Amino acid sequence: MNRLRFYLQLGFTLWVCLFMIVPVIMSVMAGLTTNYFVGLESGLTLRWVQEVWALYADTIWLSIRLALACLCFTVLLGVPAAYGLLRSKRRWANAMEEALLLPVAIPGLATALALLLAYGHMRGFRESWLFILIGHVLFTLPFMIRPVLAVMRGARLAELEEAAASLGAGFRQRFLGVVVPNCVGGILAGALMVVTLSIGEFNITWMLHTPLNKTLPVGLADSYASMRLEIGSAYTLLFLAMTLPLLVVIQWAGRVANRSRTP
Amino acid sequence: MLQQVNRRQRKLALFTLAPAMAVFGAFWLLPFTRLVAMGTELDRASGMSAYFAILTQRQYLVSLGTTLGISLAVSALAVLIAGVAGFFLARHSFPGKAVLVAILTFPLAFPGVVVGFLVIMLGGRQGALAQFSMWLLDERWMFAYSLSGLFVGYLYFSIPRVITTVMAACETLDRSLEEAARSLGAGSWRVTRDVIIPGIAPALLSTAAICFATSMGAFGTAFTLGTRMSIMPLTIYGEFTNYANFAMAAALSVVLGVITWLALSLARKLAGTSLGAPA
Amino acid sequence: MTSTSLTLEGCGRTFPGGQVALHPLDLTVAAGETLVLLGPSGCGKTTTLRIISGLESPDAGGRVRFGERDVTALPIEKRDVGMVFQHYALFPNMNVADNITYGLRIKGLSRDTIRQRLDEVMAMVDLQGFGARRIHELSGGQKQRVALARAIAVRPKILLFDEPLAALDAKLRDRLRLEIGQLLRKLGITAVYVTHDQAEAMALGDRIAVMQAGRIAQLATPREIYHRPTSIFVADFIGAVNRLEVHATLADGLLRVSGGELRAPHLAGAAAVYCRPEDIQIAADGNADVRGKVRQSLFLGQSQRLLVDLGDNACLQVETASRRRWRTEDPIGLRLPPEALFHPERHAYPTKELEANHA
Repeated sequence: MNRLRFYLQLGFTLWVCLFMIVPVIMSVMAGLTTNYFVGLESGLTLRWVQEVWALYADTIWLSIRLALACLCFTVLLGVPAAYGLLRSKRRWANAMEEALLLPVAIPGLATALALLLAYGHMRGFRESWLFILIGHVLFTLPFMIRPVLAVMRGARLAELEEAAASLGAGFRQRFLGVVVPNCVGGILAGALMVVTLSIGEFNITWMLHTPLNKTLPVGLADSYASMRLEIGSAYTLLFLAMTLPLLVVIQWAGRVANRSRTP
Repeated sequence: MLQQVNRRQRKLALFTLAPAMAVFGAFWLLPFTRLVAMGTELDRASGMSAYFAILTQRQYLVSLGTTLGISLAVSALAVLIAGVAGFFLARHSFPGKAVLVAILTFPLAFPGVVVGFLVIMLGGRQGALAQFSMWLLDERWMFAYSLSGLFVGYLYFSIPRVITTVMAACETLDRSLEEAARSLGAGSWRVTRDVIIPGIAPALLSTAAICFATSMGAFGTAFTLGTRMSIMPLTIYGEFTNYANFAMAAALSVVLGVITWLALSLARKLAGTSLGAPA
Repeated sequence: MTSTSLTLEGCGRTFPGGQVALHPLDLTVAAGETLVLLGPSGCGKTTTLRIISGLESPDAGGRVRFGERDVTALPIEKRDVGMVFQHYALFPNMNVADNITYGLRIKGLSRDTIRQRLDEVMAMVDLQGFGARRIHELSGGQKQRVALARAIAVRPKILLFDEPLAALDAKLRDRLRLEIGQLLRKLGITAVYVTHDQAEAMALGDRIAVMQAGRIAQLATPREIYHRPTSIFVADFIGAVNRLEVHATLADGLLRVSGGELRAPHLAGAAAVYCRPEDIQIAADGNADVRGKVRQSLFLGQSQRLLVDLGDNACLQVETASRRRWRTEDPIGLRLPPEALFHPERHAYPTKELEANHA
């Protein structure tokens, strides 16, 4: 009876896995076959990947540049902000955290519309990649603040800071010498999330992009709509190759953090 | 003189929060306030205030209703499917389990456009289903460019969310409660019904709310599958780009924003941790 | 080490909600003295310590002085205090040596001085050779020693302890208590020590301030606090105490209580008398002041505690040697020597003479 139940559940889970993995495998295969309509017998090729690189390399570079710039901004804004939230009165801190979460809680489309309607008339700004960067920073900032704040709360940071102060350290010395080094774990976790999310962000970016500033997901949507299936697939393949390593590290880091929390 | 320490603390908190709040205020709060105000302006088609037009014009009500319906249905089905699979994975270990967990959770960070493309891979002209039906009946079955395609896409990005939440919830579940129930004579079905489901119910509800909010705002997936469907994100996009009906686009965005925000607030009240990653 | 006296003048602390954590308080700690702040949680002892350290400010009008210098307006980092925290508060991103020398590096001392100071304090707390260890590799006792070394390395004017042993297990607590006591004597530094553990307070304090509900209930030497408590709260909080209701004062300084009569001329007219369980003696019939029955006996190893029923719902706790076995309902006679009887609120204690006799 128990065996039967186990195999029933296993079978069900395997079906769900198939649903998740089959389209990914098909997409990868399509990106590597010479002619998807003919099938695998037409042979494997890297031709589509090369074509994607020729057509869309600049979107990949822009996405990397955006992700790194976004990371810098979220660290510079987010780590001090997490500290500020830690030090604020509970009610205030909750309200501000809630506010900073709004760009995540509300569809990216709405945030993008609001940005466009407010700042769209500033030509130079609207047409530069900084306009997209603003959207990405708004959207990823909570993902930096959250893990940093969690580490700060868990690390008895208040006591550590009091100890440093009792030994004569002023605020800057405490912040750089005690606070930041003790939430490196949170900063790293946040950084991985920020980079992954920024590289994959579409909902805000689609509205904010210009023909000269296309990011990777914008290019993907473009290729799905106007290119042959093999090119779209090859492009997706490149995207997966960029983000999957990040995801693996995030999962691994999460598991390590979990294990160290329950010794 | 009075309370220098507290005042110093408050000043530090303000000082460290200021940059983030300034960016948020200038680039989100201010623009969004304008968006809310813009929604009160006149809708170009009907000549009414745009918020009022949403409530009276059939096309917007249909769009809102369809989006709500499909999102609710997807959330419920995702919780059911991934709840069973997630609980199974949390409670058994067998060789190859890590691979299954990886397959089920990595799509978590696929952007909506990619999910849309994967649906095309399953149900498009050259999709898996079409190939299968061609082989079987010499007919081409397709579902990608319709509400069914959207449903499958939403299900695709919802399942990993539920799986991770359910597995985490099962691990924090107090095993001794189950042991106690069993010691009192409860069979495994009773244990599931009386101990496990109540134990992970907040997590299930919370993850359902996240799936709901994500589905409501999933622009990327819908955009890839076709721009003519009557779905809120596409309606907003159409009003803005095709008709330059800014008041209507603003009003619809605000309504959609309020709905997703409420759903995510509920989720956070129930579980208190997840941010609800986007699609 | 040069030590400084410490003065608090009218230091109170009211929380924003209006809740009073500390009523305005005057307190002086002499140079080189160790003062222990003792009391249950929420009594204001930690608030007092935080006001001294500069982690909190007193309400308007309060003054904190180190020696002659008014430090009320200075933040903690400018006060030259050393502080030892309950949960060690060691920086996990630094090793033992870096933790200990942190304050010295903040002060910008030369590398030679730092090196020398490090060796000096590591020897003092018996941690030679531990410099390169990571914090998470240390045991609780070692961690607290590092914290102690870090606090004394900067040669503070005043050393502050915030329940430093509360997180350790009983055996270790006893040993570290002894070590801290020796160290304080050796350094001759002014110290304020917060604890809720009365044994710790007795062992370490030159004087103890017992605190209750934001006020000092009694400030005196440990001996004084134990033997001459000035309030029922203090008598009850420090050690165990029996209270016996007096039914009548008879001639010759005799007091009638349940189960017999007590001789206590210094307590004539009192409504009740108090005595410590260990001061009560078990007596043969002729010598007994009161008689009753054993209701319960609790074997503690080095001693045993008897609960004796004197009738009329009156009970006495008696601490006695553990060899003799007592059973429930055994009749028992007790002697309560006059020098053991007192009444805190009447400030009625036996004379010094009686105390000497008793010893």
